[in-house]
Amino acid sequence: MLQAIQQKMDPTAGLPDVKAASEAKSLLTVDKVTLRYKTPNLLITATEDVSFSVERSDRFVLLGPSGCGKSTLLKAVGGYMAPVSGSIHINGRPVKKPGADRMMVFQEFDQLLPWKTVLENVMFPLVVARKLPRREAEARAKEYIDKVKLTRATDSYPHTLSGGMKQRVAIARGMAMQPDILLMDEPFAALDALTRRQMQDELLQLWEDTRFTVIFVTHSIAEAIKISNRILLLSPHPGRVKAEVIDVDRACQDDGSAVALERDIHNLLFSESGHRE
Amino acid sequence: MPGPQIILAADVTTNRQHANVAEVEQRLGSLELILGISAVRKTVLIIVLAIIWQVYASYLDNPLLFPTLSDTLTTLYDRFVDGTLPSRIWTTLQVLITGYVAGTLLAAILTILAINTRIGTDFLETMTAMFNPLPAISLLPLALIWFGLGASSLVFVLIHSVLWAVALNTHAGFLGVSRTLRMVGGNYGLTGLSYVTRILVPAAFPSILTGLKIGWAFAWRTLIAAELVFGVSSGQGGLGWFIFENRNLLDIPAVFAGLLTVIIIGLIVENLVFQTIERHTIQKWGMKE
Repeated sequence: MLQAIQQKMDPTAGLPDVKAASEAKSLLTVDKVTLRYKTPNLLITATEDVSFSVERSDRFVLLGPSGCGKSTLLKAVGGYMAPVSGSIHINGRPVKKPGADRMMVFQEFDQLLPWKTVLENVMFPLVVARKLPRREAEARAKEYIDKVKLTRATDSYPHTLSGGMKQRVAIARGMAMQPDILLMDEPFAALDALTRRQMQDELLQLWEDTRFTVIFVTHSIAEAIKISNRILLLSPHPGRVKAEVIDVDRACQDDGSAVALERDIHNLLFSESGHRE
Repeated sequence: MPGPQIILAADVTTNRQHANVAEVEQRLGSLELILGISAVRKTVLIIVLAIIWQVYASYLDNPLLFPTLSDTLTTLYDRFVDGTLPSRIWTTLQVLITGYVAGTLLAAILTILAINTRIGTDFLETMTAMFNPLPAISLLPLALIWFGLGASSLVFVLIHSVLWAVALNTHAGFLGVSRTLRMVGGNYGLTGLSYVTRILVPAAFPSILTGLKIGWAFAWRTLIAAELVFGVSSGQGGLGWFIFENRNLLDIPAVFAGLLTVIIIGLIVENLVFQTIERHTIQKWGMKE
């Protein structure tokens, strides 16, 4: 399994030429991005010189322990913060501000607008950002609400839904926009374990249906292996690329290869952190 | 060695219908249901207070100090029928609504500026800190010099009493909108005014409504006080002037009738207007239990 892990010993080294050539066509390229943010008395470097690219229909997971800047990185891709150095391009265009071509699904349950029903929540971005006529927006919203199996809750207000249902609405809202990339920031982290597994299965099912591109942030190795086809491993303080795992979907639960991969990734993530702290 | 086993519950294995399902939901008793309505409880409370008033005033038997409830209600009815009270109420409400609407609009402009620009935030914060503690009524002498003895002086004072309360609450509400919701708004590409009206206003609606309620109460009190202290300020006086005038005539039941009218209008606005808005917005949205 280790041959699937391309370890990057020197994160500042340039990417191989072959790969650089193919990256011109990538859906999303993140090139040597350094991100810093301010707290009232500190300037914190969240990530340093992080590069990766996401292809169409990738299920790309950013994985790392807390403090590796994976959520910050996702926010930068979302356009909520600008890199100090480096660049982020989507479809060849630089990312400057948030936009509906990159729909976010957050961890928090309060991401739905409480004053709108499930249907209105899914319709709203279609109407304001995609400028669809109401009838068309409603039809598309209903289609995606059906996809996430919430047909019965179409006219409910978010406060009457359970956590898992709220996350389903958020996913339907993101997918109905048919964005270039769906950005998911630990969307299942606040759910109970049973619901989380169910949601992971449903997400994979949805992907089989529509083959959307998704970047998924998580700190659970098992979740990363289950969901992704590619994993970017980040090391903490500051976030640097440690390795990239490709062809993750070839790992299989039955023959134990998924368990082996999980162990390999775990060792890789925690091997150094011992003398670091 | 045998592996783990799953033992199904008895009524699953026998595939029997759940016979005791009816007990999961039971209706409450009718007395409990009636007492569950807060309007009923409050009405009972008001009736009890009214009875105490009537009994105590009859016992006191001094209409100059404390008229009975029945005297007050009779006077109220007479003054309504002869048209004095309706015209006084109308005068007061006209001024009140003008001032209230103007104050609210100004508050909206100030908070929209404050949420979009830093200078706007500084301006709003400084102005609220300075003027919010200043009682509106204390500006009336000045207003009378600037605008003369007319409705415009009263409107000026009303704007002052409404503006800061509404602006303060609205701004606090905007600042309290969760980061996730703000990011969702940004994700939809909403900016400027459409961001404020489509995300911030509904998300901050509980605070805005509180501000509107406080503003209404401030305006109402300020106006009655202003009319009481400075008497008639336009062609015909309002409710405050009605109370003042009848005290001078020693028509105490009419004074009580005037006060009762003030209370009743306050109750109507609180219970009908604001509670209806609340029921159709923040209660429906689950922002208030």
